[in-house]
Amino acid sequence: MSRTLSYREAMREAMHEALANDPRVFLMGEDVGRYGGTYAFSKGFLDEFGPERIRDTPLSELGFVGAAIGAALGGMRPIVEVMTVNFSLLALDQIVNTAALYRHMSGGQFSVPLVVRMTTGAGRQLAAQHSHSLEGWYAHIPGIKVLAPATIEDARGMLAPALADPDPVVIFEHAGLFNMEGDLPDTRDDLMVDIRSAKVRRIGTDVAIITHGGSLSKALAAAGQLAAEGISAEVVDLRVLRPLDTAAIVAAVAKCRRAVVVDEGWKSGSLAAEVMARIMENVFYELDAPVARVCSEEVPIPYAKHLEDAALPQPEKIVAAVKGLFA
Amino acid sequence: MNIDHHAPPPPAGPVPWQSDFAVGLLADMVRIRRMEEKSAELYGAGKIRGFLHLYIGEEAVAVGALHALSVEDNIVATYREHAHALVRGMAMSTIMAEMYGRREGCAHGRGGSMHLFDKATRLFGGNAIVGGGLPLAVGLALAAKMQNENRIAACFFGDGAVAEGAFHESLNLAALWKLPVLFCCENNLYGMGTALERSESQTDLCVKAASYNMPALRADGMDIVAVHETTKQAVQRVRESRGPVFVEYQTYRFRAHSMFDAELYRPKAEVEEWKTRGPIHTFSARLKAEGKLTEEQFLALDAAANAEVADAVAFAEAGTWEPVEDLLKDVHTPEGVAP
Ligand SMILES: Cc1ncc(C[n+]2csc(CCOP(=O)(O)OP(=O)(O)O)c2C)c(N)n1
Ligand SMILES: [Mg+2]
Repeated sequence: MSRTLSYREAMREAMHEALANDPRVFLMGEDVGRYGGTYAFSKGFLDEFGPERIRDTPLSELGFVGAAIGAALGGMRPIVEVMTVNFSLLALDQIVNTAALYRHMSGGQFSVPLVVRMTTGAGRQLAAQHSHSLEGWYAHIPGIKVLAPATIEDARGMLAPALADPDPVVIFEHAGLFNMEGDLPDTRDDLMVDIRSAKVRRIGTDVAIITHGGSLSKALAAAGQLAAEGISAEVVDLRVLRPLDTAAIVAAVAKCRRAVVVDEGWKSGSLAAEVMARIMENVFYELDAPVARVCSEEVPIPYAKHLEDAALPQPEKIVAAVKGLFA
Repeated sequence: MNIDHHAPPPPAGPVPWQSDFAVGLLADMVRIRRMEEKSAELYGAGKIRGFLHLYIGEEAVAVGALHALSVEDNIVATYREHAHALVRGMAMSTIMAEMYGRREGCAHGRGGSMHLFDKATRLFGGNAIVGGGLPLAVGLALAAKMQNENRIAACFFGDGAVAEGAFHESLNLAALWKLPVLFCCENNLYGMGTALERSESQTDLCVKAASYNMPALRADGMDIVAVHETTKQAVQRVRESRGPVFVEYQTYRFRAHSMFDAELYRPKAEVEEWKTRGPIHTFSARLKAEGKLTEEQFLALDAAANAEVADAVAFAEAGTWEPVEDLLKDVHTPEGVAP
């Protein structure tokens, strides 16, 4: 038995389940309560769980993310929603200097069992200040785990293991995915997702396209086009951006002998660069061609649709990059 | 606005405490002083490295304030926190070992002077980001409230932190959500080399705090009686109202900001002037005058402090190094260990 759900509904259901099952879990963030969540992820929660557990915060990203860390240290299991990654920059100090470091800096005395969720990505003509893809920055930091659910299954199944994790977990939800629909099994046991491993979303033999988040659907679209032209692409969804599943990357590249990395972050210093480095370190001699990548152009993301489209990874760019490996 | 500007009590007024209690607090101040003096010396000798921020001159604040709190309360402190760790009950030897970078330190050498943590005494750091501890204290208080615990969170920070957004966000949150936080501002007039009036448009810190709709008290931080009595009152208000209270302790650091500071920003005479108000000699003189302390007692407690320091140094000297093979330990919580 299965049922059809949107990404938004899947995430909402996951949060609902967590709130219903564990009294230590609570949700805090800007407009999570009365407003129902910026993206309606928490619609109806306030009525059901009350204002203590569905906690509207002031516009104080640093303050309330820090408070969530303190609450986690104090025995709670907060889910803190930062409206978008763009505003998370105001909370970066608490995430990087406190949440990520406390376990180590205290010699193992204090863990921070915190989940931070935030929207990421471009593609909706929101212009430069609302279009960042900075998950690669977060993935740079030891002490936190970084997830990027790109499917309905992961939107539904990643939150529970993230909450069960004793350390801080940051979840990036790409805004382009919220209305996407997909099927889910009915039974709870089938919903749990392993938050340690990447997942192959399409099996292929000629080229490994390695991606995550909002770029997954673009990579799959490109793989479809390539298939029509006789190139069999394997699509790997990293989905755990820290720690990276190096073995999965290596396996796909070793099999296909060619690789394209697709990442909505800017090319310089990107997560794509890290994936490429791991390929060089581990499967260099298996490669039949240099590894290619498709990233965002090195420009603040523009407003006008044609310019925004041109700045971001697109299926055509991925197809072209793949074909370049066979030239 | 709810500002209770308490005039500092007259310095020679009677100490409202039993002699045992008074002498105990004096002894704690002396323990801190001796530990800090030794730390400075060990820094010179290259035994302690990194940043080292001494609390000399400010002892009355940590001792007076922490003795007004319960063992169940949560404490958050800054990088100038050796005193807080010691008064909370961390062994001096553990502190010293941490400053040496030893495995026997509270963080096995991962933290050093600025990052003293102690789960047993509920000390949540040792935070070296100015203002970084304030949101944390708010969250600890939130957790206490949500779990119906009686504990409060006490957060120590300097006057410099008042300029940070974290200060304003935290006071607002704590007052808005009625959280049991005691905000303890150690106003020693300088943030590194920047005097308060060179960084704040409003130098009355109680006015700032009171604007967030919480009681704001002020105490002479050089006078342990004023510190303790004011804090007791503040703690009681936090416990009764389950809301935040702000206390400004007016104090002064006698030493440099850290070990790298030529002290170009303040006149020597100012330092000397404040030293005449030193919390240890003024308090012991008062106790003696009131017949609550004898010179022999003072010498004995000082000797005990020096002996404790000597033991702590010996412990740190004899300490071991965390094996390099364990470098990556404690980045994440090991499998199966509850947070
Ligand atoms: C966010 C941040 N900015 C700058 C510094 C560098 N710094 C360390 S201590 C300090 C002064 C802080 O002064 P104050 O809060 O008054 O505390 P005090 O040292 O006087 O106890 C500064 C600027 C820092 N650690 N963190
Ligand atoms: Mg200061």
